[in-house]
Amino acid sequence: MVAQSYFARITLTLAMLAALFFAAPMAGAQEPVNPTARSVQEQQLLEALQGGNAISGRVSIPDQRAADLIKPEGRNWSGTHNSTVYWTTTAVVLGMLALLTVFYFVRGRIRLEHGFAGRTIKRFNSFERFAHWLTAVCFILLALTGLNLIFGRYVLIPLFGADTFATATQLGKVVHNYIAWPFMLGIAIMLVVWIKDNIPGRIDLDWIKAGGGMLKGGGHPPAKRFNAGQKIIFWSVVLGGAALSFTGVLLLFPQLAGEPGNWQLAQLAHAIIAAVMTAVILAHIYIGTLGMEGAFDAMGSGQVDVNWAREHHSLWVAERDTAVEGEPRGHVAPAE
Amino acid sequence: MARMKFLCDADRCIECNACVTACKNEHEVPWGINRRRVVTINDGLPGERSVSMACMHCTDAPCASVCPVDCFYTTADAVVLHSKDLCIGCGYCFYACPFGAPQYPKVGNFGSRGKMDKCTYCAGGPEADMTMAEYEKYGANRLAEGKLPLCAEMCSTKALLAGDGDIIAEIYRERVTTRGYGSGAWGWQTAYQESINV
Ligand code: HEM
Ligand code: SF4
Ligand code: SF4
Repeated sequence: MVAQSYFARITLTLAMLAALFFAAPMAGAQEPVNPTARSVQEQQLLEALQGGNAISGRVSIPDQRAADLIKPEGRNWSGTHNSTVYWTTTAVVLGMLALLTVFYFVRGRIRLEHGFAGRTIKRFNSFERFAHWLTAVCFILLALTGLNLIFGRYVLIPLFGADTFATATQLGKVVHNYIAWPFMLGIAIMLVVWIKDNIPGRIDLDWIKAGGGMLKGGGHPPAKRFNAGQKIIFWSVVLGGAALSFTGVLLLFPQLAGEPGNWQLAQLAHAIIAAVMTAVILAHIYIGTLGMEGAFDAMGSGQVDVNWAREHHSLWVAERDTAVEGEPRGHVAPAE
Repeated sequence: MARMKFLCDADRCIECNACVTACKNEHEVPWGINRRRVVTINDGLPGERSVSMACMHCTDAPCASVCPVDCFYTTADAVVLHSKDLCIGCGYCFYACPFGAPQYPKVGNFGSRGKMDKCTYCAGGPEADMTMAEYEKYGANRLAEGKLPLCAEMCSTKALLAGDGDIIAEIYRERVTTRGYGSGAWGWQTAYQESINV
């Protein structure tokens, strides 16, 4: 019995060893060595991105930007820049020009109801006019050099050739980047000197309801120093200008923007806000020159005709008269 | 005409950076600019992979579409090149490029980047082929000499392939079938809007 069980145990052990010996390579054949089993796959990484950021890794060169391997977002940004920005700008700017043309032909020039009085009163002092024209000249330069970056390639290269256009655009870029600063200064001054006259009030609602008296003749609704329309321009310029300055500075100093995605966003915002601002300013230029009789003088000489002032800013004239009681009404300009 | 492409077989790349060095030397690339670089994904983890990347010479190149002075052009071999004479250094192409290829000799502050530089697929620029003027701005024009880009030519493991897209895709496909694995043709989906099906 003892010998038999001994024999049985040995056989069993041998059988197990044999099984191990033959089974091991068989198991190996079922699972071939696959060095890529745990390797990163591009497809997985692309899916994990979900439209954001970049597939990044480690680089041995001392430029961390080089560590971004693939940024699929770049293609989307270029698409947006070339379609959305291009078409929005075209639509907004040309749309405003069309609107103003129609307005001019339908409404015509808004004339003084009672003609010129010949006497003028001071509306803007020289400092206010300086701030206005500083901002205005800068804005026009910024808008032209900016629009050139969007449209020049399609409109101006065929006209002037690639070399001339590139030279001009290089100059335009320098102008854009440096004129931005006096532009910001102008916005800041205007904000400080005019904010007190631009606080929205109940009277502005009435002015808007009456369409500012611009849509049809028959008198303008009462207004203080600035009517609702002018307040809208003021706030568009201040807020739009601030937004353009903010996004523009991010474009100028890419480090401030941080990752490329932020820069791209700032760029799109800059371009779209610029388009809207350009349209607003076109309307402003129209009404300040061609669109309304007597309006330009306010920013030209700073003196406006008394009748113009009474028609457009009745409450301002009234306030002004009480303030300078004792003096003759308004500043009497020498008869010309 | 061939449709030139790059393909990096990440399962072969050993991150030796020879392609990077070859490129810098062949074209006398300015200090601070790397037309080619090797990025290691999941560095130090099991399954890490290194990919050698440069300009991919994209189909419908995003860089070309945003350039305000339209200074890019595509050669008959589908290589995307640009003119440093026209470039105004606005930086737009850098932001449009999915591969970080465009680089500038100066820091971007105040729009002062200098002329954009990127991989030319060893095909020079708009100047006459193999002239000094071309070499100074863009580096060697190996394509005009009938040679392929140096980075791929001297890759010791032949991880980096350059040449006609169909041919290198076929080589890659064969490798994947033979060895049984492949981590993908890195960048192809983004650059050419196609990938290699094995
Ligand atoms: C206020 C400060 C401003 C700053 C700092 C600024 C800065 C910039 C910068 C850095 C760029 C990129 C191109 C380049 O490097 O020149 C740019 C583009 C542009 N800017 Fe300005 N800008 C400012 C104001 C304005 C204004 C007032 C306008 C016009 C209303 C404007 C319109 C544009 C346009 C249309 C572009 C081109 C956008 C595109 O290509 O999609 N900018 N700006
Ligand atoms: S990789 Fe970048 S630079 Fe090269 S063609 Fe594509 S978008 Fe242009
Ligand atoms: S940096 Fe030069 S090449 Fe690039 S988009 Fe601007 S002008 Fe064109």
